[in-house]
Amino acid sequence: MTRLIVGPFNRVEGDLEVTLEVKDGRVAEAWAGSPLYRGFEQILRGKHPMDALMFAPRICGICSVSQSVAAASALADAMGLTAAPNGRITKNLAHAVENVADHFTHFYLFFMPDFARAEYAGRAWHARAVERFRAVKGSAAPEAMPARTAFLSAMATLAGKWPHSLAIQPGGVARALEASEKIRLFGLLRDYRRHVETVLFGDELEAVAALDSAAALARWAGEKPRGDFGAFLGIADDLSLERLGRGVDRYMSYGNYPQAESQFLRSGVWDGQLHALDAQAIAEDISHAWLDGETRHPAQGVTRPQDEKAAGYTWCKAPRLAGLPMETGALARQVVNGHPLALDLVRHGGGNVKSRVVARLLEIAVILPAMEQWVQQLMPGEPFCAQGEMPQAAAGAGLVEAARGSLGHWISVEDGHIANYQIVSPTTWNFSPRDAAGTPGPLEQALVGTPAGEGNVAVQHVVRSFDPCMVCTVH
Amino acid sequence: MNERTEPFSMPASFNLLWLQSAGCGGCTMSLLCSGTRELTAALEAVGVRILWHPSLSEESGEEATRILERCAGGELSVDALCVEGALLRGPRGTGRFHRHAGSGIAMTEWVKQLAGVARYTLAVGSCAAWGGVAAAGENVTDACGLQYEGDQPGGLLGANWKSRGGLPVINIAGCPCHPDWITETLTALALGAFGQQDLDTLNRPRFFADHLVHHGCTRNEYYEFKASAHKPSDLGCLMENMGCKGTQAHADCNIRLWNGNGSCARGGAPCISCTEPGFEEPGHPFHETPKLAGIPIGLPTDMPKAWFVALAALSKSATPKRVRDNAVADHQVLVPPVKKTGLK
Repeated sequence: MTRLIVGPFNRVEGDLEVTLEVKDGRVAEAWAGSPLYRGFEQILRGKHPMDALMFAPRICGICSVSQSVAAASALADAMGLTAAPNGRITKNLAHAVENVADHFTHFYLFFMPDFARAEYAGRAWHARAVERFRAVKGSAAPEAMPARTAFLSAMATLAGKWPHSLAIQPGGVARALEASEKIRLFGLLRDYRRHVETVLFGDELEAVAALDSAAALARWAGEKPRGDFGAFLGIADDLSLERLGRGVDRYMSYGNYPQAESQFLRSGVWDGQLHALDAQAIAEDISHAWLDGETRHPAQGVTRPQDEKAAGYTWCKAPRLAGLPMETGALARQVVNGHPLALDLVRHGGGNVKSRVVARLLEIAVILPAMEQWVQQLMPGEPFCAQGEMPQAAAGAGLVEAARGSLGHWISVEDGHIANYQIVSPTTWNFSPRDAAGTPGPLEQALVGTPAGEGNVAVQHVVRSFDPCMVCTVH
Repeated sequence: MNERTEPFSMPASFNLLWLQSAGCGGCTMSLLCSGTRELTAALEAVGVRILWHPSLSEESGEEATRILERCAGGELSVDALCVEGALLRGPRGTGRFHRHAGSGIAMTEWVKQLAGVARYTLAVGSCAAWGGVAAAGENVTDACGLQYEGDQPGGLLGANWKSRGGLPVINIAGCPCHPDWITETLTALALGAFGQQDLDTLNRPRFFADHLVHHGCTRNEYYEFKASAHKPSDLGCLMENMGCKGTQAHADCNIRLWNGNGSCARGGAPCISCTEPGFEEPGHPFHETPKLAGIPIGLPTDMPKAWFVALAALSKSATPKRVRDNAVADHQVLVPPVKKTGLK
């Protein structure tokens, strides 16, 4: 038995340190550590409620709009305010631009470069992976990054700038769009669609979104070269990535992109069948975090650092739903929403390195066509921001889906100021430490059985398959 | 770099090392939105070579720590050390609120060591420059900037610290900073075209800090007439009621623009002066303008209060109906009339 401390993990957002107990070349036990504490929940106490709109996006530079939308939703909930339809649509568009761009960035910059590593020299696909995906030097990033920049220029129109927009409001957005801007946005979406259809998928988005089983995916990939997604599928088959990084087999989604009557992606929990999500059953356990206090629902949660706690090994709390760890992210969202491909992948191998990456790219194919519809629903001339007042005392929750999973903000207001503010981010769920019962978090579970040690990058694949965002985790 | 006439000197290699301390990664994400060019190729074109960057490089774990050790030991020369995020000195001076993953050493220790060997050290973003958002509230993590703590010189490295290349920490402030502010500073340094005279009194590059956010603001007609917004999504000037500090904040956001053609004000949001030290604790809600007897406390930079009051009264009385009505609407309710004759 040898103990390895792995870190820093680059090509993840923020700081991560994983401790591994390795036996016979495989991980026997894993501990996920977040070695940074910033204290946003303490900072927000006593502030004006609307100040949350300034601080929230600054929790995270990569999912900053998700943080803004969660804060705005929590404030709107506390105010009893319904967003203007145009404002709802514009927020959805900004949120979706960020989520799609995050999936795209994760694939090209964070995930694929590992296959170009020297450890894989000798594999049939290695030379192509080096040419295409090698960090800094590969041919894919110089195509992907300008396409990403052009796509994110939609944020200038939708939210002023990215990251850290102040335009997202409880009642909508701070700037009404003009008719010409609808046209501009539609053009940007179509241009980005052209890029991903040509370079990433080698097919139309609708054809990708219509893949309904693992067998259909394999057939599709075998028909002809399928761009960079096809390259990944080939590598995934050769390395059996569907057998790597199996998680806790329970998936949660808060649902996302509110429509007039429902959500575009529904909320729920999947453990072999679909259940309604009971957000009241969420509790954050702090038994293994460097924090004082006890297990509580986030609406009553407290955050008090205690760096000398002997049982602590991370700054991250351990959120549980009805006492159980949950995997969140694109795979969870698509499973909960009933996408047949995601369901089939999960039925035949659960959450694993391959199914997580497939679900992320599948989601690009599902969301982009919807965004083209949403732009057309905008009605310039009609209000983009409903106005409301924050009561002197109120409470609210904002539950949204960031690219990497379920993000919740809980606010309580007393005497016109923030009395308590709690944030539970996607990677807090996925990379949570053990709870009081000793149950490991999803990543800690997923790493068990993974080949580890000199010359083995499997641990890196498993970690990155979750698209972790540690700066969110350790807000 | 403003008034130089010497030719640029292309470096054989200008080595860049990037560390993320206690921040959100937003300055890196902003950097990745750098124009239509491919970032790393554009940097390489002026000789900038990335030794290691947490979001871009292949090396992870021990390999990454080994690079930092080789830099600290002088085996690899570092021309520019970019630090993103605040430096956390707590708890109780241990720096344990941010240990560098893998090595277990406080990030503040790594930064001190590497700043000691780097030719130039750059604070990327307001967290690394002043402490920023991480230092808000009661500053429980004892966050500070590299060479400032808020607007007080000092910070992690001390007020009198100079890099091996003879410059103080270059404060590329902003929350986040604009991608061009980073790439143009690095390019000027690599080409030997950047010196003390290119820094303002807070050691920010003057090429962006010698402007005000107000410059180029599309709401300038509303500003001229003091036709002010009263609620989110109004078209009017955001200074009088909505907390905008664009007439005081140093940056070229409305000249250079963000993500192609955006800015906070163009997105309907006030400038919160995120390039200025202490912006995170303004002493009032961000979305409200603090006033005394109905007059905003934060008047435009270098404008006497009496003049402002007199001019505001005069311009309000002269406001065209179009400007007055549009200021409190979310789209133009009256458009500029088309004159029948040629414009003089």
